[in-house]
Amino acid sequence: MVELVLFIIFALAALLGAVTTVWARNPVYSALGLMLTLFSVAVFYVSSGAHFVAAVQVIVYAGAVMTLFLFVIMLVGVDRAEVRRENLPVQRPVALGLLALFGAGVLVAGRFVWVTGPAGGAGLEGTVENVGGELFRRWVLPFELTALLLIIAAVGTIALGLFRRGEEPAEEGEEAP
Amino acid sequence: MTVTPGWYMALAAVLFVIGASGLLLRRNALVMFMSVELMLNAANLSFVAAGRELGILDGQVAVFFVMVVAAAEVVVGLAIIVTVFRRRATASVDELSELKG
Repeated sequence: MVELVLFIIFALAALLGAVTTVWARNPVYSALGLMLTLFSVAVFYVSSGAHFVAAVQVIVYAGAVMTLFLFVIMLVGVDRAEVRRENLPVQRPVALGLLALFGAGVLVAGRFVWVTGPAGGAGLEGTVENVGGELFRRWVLPFELTALLLIIAAVGTIALGLFRRGEEPAEEGEEAP
Repeated sequence: MTVTPGWYMALAAVLFVIGASGLLLRRNALVMFMSVELMLNAANLSFVAAGRELGILDGQVAVFFVMVVAAAEVVVGLAIIVTVFRRRATASVDELSELKG
């Protein structure tokens, strides 16, 4: 019963946030709507027993990623209104039609049972211990690969931010511009 | 009346479609990026719901990896947006048409 009430409240919040993200003219409102959706999804994780994932969702997504988004919005500026003119005349109707078709298809497909087989799992709660044990036993190689991925992303971002066009990369020991 | 995983799946589908509509209909690169995040979150929600249905933790591990990839993607993507903005002073993807044939 508690889960039902929570689901209804936070499903409405998630949908409101998602529509705000897409619809708002001001990118700051979009970011705030996305934050509402991310928090609602974190609540769904908690009610599904995925406590670790919910904590990561709040810390990484609602904390770090959205802070980054807000920084970039402030950097790029929100004072100019977005041009809503569409260059391709058929883009909007075709996109809306395809989306309606896709959404209806997914919802119809959701009426069938796709997840089959015995529910053979141990039904473990997603605590830090359980998820960590899974990560470091069965998925340890992908986990190490994520470290490589994050290093590549960090180096690429620094390179993008440091070097401008027509500028030589800074010499060793030279002060970066 | 209990909440079945199907409800979470349906909500995830609706969130995914809203995110896809943002990607297709908006022209601001930042908002398009946020729509991508919305779609990733919808997929994550369905991962967790399916993992709970089967009683296994694999869904949550998958969500963890998706979050790592999404964080890396956001960092690089926002750096690209800032770089484009420094050179063109715009965040609209329609004005970036140098590669037009």
